Amino acid sequence: MNGNEVREQGRRKLIKGAGAAVALAGIGAPAIVRGQNKPIRIAMPTILSGRVATLGLSSRNAVMMEVERINAAGGLAGRPIEMVIRDSKGQPQEAARVARELMNSEGCEILLDAEASSGGFAVHEVARDLGVLCIHTNSETSSLTADPKLHSPLVFRCARQGIHDSIVGGAYAAQVAREKKLSKWMTCSPDYAYGRDTTAEFIQYLKHFHKDAEITGEVWPKLFQPDYSEVITRLIQGKPQAIYSCLWGGDLSSFIDQGNIYAMFKDRQFFAVNMADYTVLTKVKNVPENLHSGTRYLRSFPNTPTNNAWGDAYFKRFGELPTNWSWQNAAAMEFLAQAAAKAQSTDPKKLAETLAGLTIDSHFGQNGKLTLRESDHTLVDYAAGWGVLTNKEPYMSNPVPGDWKQIAELEAEWKKSKGFA
Amino acid sequence: MNPSELLDCVTSVSCLVTQTTTGLIIGALLFLVAAGLTLIFGVLGVVNFAHGSLYMLGAYLALTVFRATDSFLAAALGAGLGVALFAVVFERLFMRRVYGTDVLMQLLVCYAFILILDDVVKIVWGGEFLSMGMPEAFQSPPFFVGGGVVPVFYLFLMVVAVAIALLLWWVLGYTKIGKIVRAAAQNATMTSALGINTNLVYAGVFACGGLLAGLAGALAAPVRSMSPGMGFSILIESFIVTVIGGMGSVSGALVGALLIGLVRSFGSIGFPLFVEGAMFAAMVLILVLKPSGLLGREPRP
Repeated sequence: MNGNEVREQGRRKLIKGAGAAVALAGIGAPAIVRGQNKPIRIAMPTILSGRVATLGLSSRNAVMMEVERINAAGGLAGRPIEMVIRDSKGQPQEAARVARELMNSEGCEILLDAEASSGGFAVHEVARDLGVLCIHTNSETSSLTADPKLHSPLVFRCARQGIHDSIVGGAYAAQVAREKKLSKWMTCSPDYAYGRDTTAEFIQYLKHFHKDAEITGEVWPKLFQPDYSEVITRLIQGKPQAIYSCLWGGDLSSFIDQGNIYAMFKDRQFFAVNMADYTVLTKVKNVPENLHSGTRYLRSFPNTPTNNAWGDAYFKRFGELPTNWSWQNAAAMEFLAQAAAKAQSTDPKKLAETLAGLTIDSHFGQNGKLTLRESDHTLVDYAAGWGVLTNKEPYMSNPVPGDWKQIAELEAEWKKSKGFA
Repeated sequence: MNPSELLDCVTSVSCLVTQTTTGLIIGALLFLVAAGLTLIFGVLGVVNFAHGSLYMLGAYLALTVFRATDSFLAAALGAGLGVALFAVVFERLFMRRVYGTDVLMQLLVCYAFILILDDVVKIVWGGEFLSMGMPEAFQSPPFFVGGGVVPVFYLFLMVVAVAIALLLWWVLGYTKIGKIVRAAAQNATMTSALGINTNLVYAGVFACGGLLAGLAGALAAPVRSMSPGMGFSILIESFIVTVIGGMGSVSGALVGALLIGLVRSFGSIGFPLFVEGAMFAAMVLILVLKPSGLLGREPRP
């Protein structure tokens, strides 16, 4: 082989190599472009049938409204969102199965867990097991993100928390108790984990802010109990000055309707944390006087043009008003959109790193901002308040907003007492 | 357990009045549902597992009529008659095909209807819970008797339940129709041989059961929220009542319903964490001591 032949072979190789490179570029470049524009599938297990279906449907409605808006603005880092929504029927094992199937077999890249607490914990374990990015949007049980044993760098919660509501509720109830000289309290909450935990936390902070508060009796009706007659007469026999309840939905509506005919609320203060949700507010015909509630979702709280407009747009689109679950899911989608824009990526790890500690402008925030707290990946600074209800719009004329500095301080103490910090 | 509170209650007039009337109220509504259930079983020998769904249908029909007419009387009548009509169709087209068959087959037909009716309610009225609200005529303050509280609407409910109990007692015991129904319950073949159209009797009994369930749903509508599947919990309690009173005995249903009502009412004072358990404990005790129920007939040897 002479020198010319070597040069000739080298030239051929070079030409072949260049040709191959051009060919690869021709095939590969569109593949990269297609990869950037390929829809990103988001898995969403939620409750679409059964007694709590209204809330699951309101979660789906809010998410679809946000997805349309985000996609119209270019999607997640250029990729249009495609939601894959499945019914868990409110059963934790079904929620876990659906979540695992969607992530493993349906090509979903992000998990939006829109389950209630029982299902939320089941999905949480799936997310940790598979190592996928997950945002819980409806579970309010504090330990889900407060307990460091359950922590995962890829898992977040974009929902209100029981402990936050209890601190705000305890502070508000103590203020009312001082003004109206209330000392004798009774409680009436559903007999399951949520009812027991939430009531205990409310009492803890009521007593923290008002030392004279005395709980003289507790009644624990079953979840979905149709008749509260014996519960109501038990409360009447106890002669409390104030009653606290975390009954919700149809149960709360029945309890109020039945309590009214016994005149149970006459000359008595009633604190029902879950009353200020349109699903209940629009159903109860005779809202008693002296009914206090936490603000679940009201389009008038915060009373800003953007929050009013969001509530109105939802109503216009679906013919009903949004729920507490609606705003939480809408906020989660906005967090994802802003994290993707900031990270310029849809890579789950990069998104998680961006989400941790991310603050966004949001009309769901107490002061126009929401934050996913870096230390425990949970939502803070959302609109949380209490006030007296009426039976027509805006339902709560003068809500008393919670103090987020106070919430953070007491939450930190609570975490220490529970061994979470 | 709060035995001292229970003792305080039974020795205080106000507590005694409130808790006793509460027990009677709970019992009155339970009786209306259980009476229909036990009547159908007594005559047809069929356990109508879909009876709770008839109660649910009654509540929703009452809501619709009430919204259209603003009259609670029209709502109650509409619900009762509407469900009675549905019950006849249900019996003629479906249930009559499973008379005398295995109880599992009857259960399957009824269960299918429970699911179908739940879905129909979701389609027609939606999956959300609904509330009728208290009709204006009953929005008066409660009575106070000896310091105890008696709500006006519940007083009306008790009067209706007592009137129906008396009517059933009279019709079944002292009229020709009652004789035919009792004869059909004893021996349908012989009754048929006497020239009586037993098919008509069966349809009539089903209609009566449906009427009672529909009426109970309508009476519950002003105070209980409605949602698909709401018939299930009352079905369980109605079964307890019929087992305690004796399957097939209408008077037994009345006794059983009042007993359950009083156990719930005074139990909430004396043993608040064991109210549900107490109902089942009472049922087990009666099943052990008198398997046919308090007023049920002993099976013939």
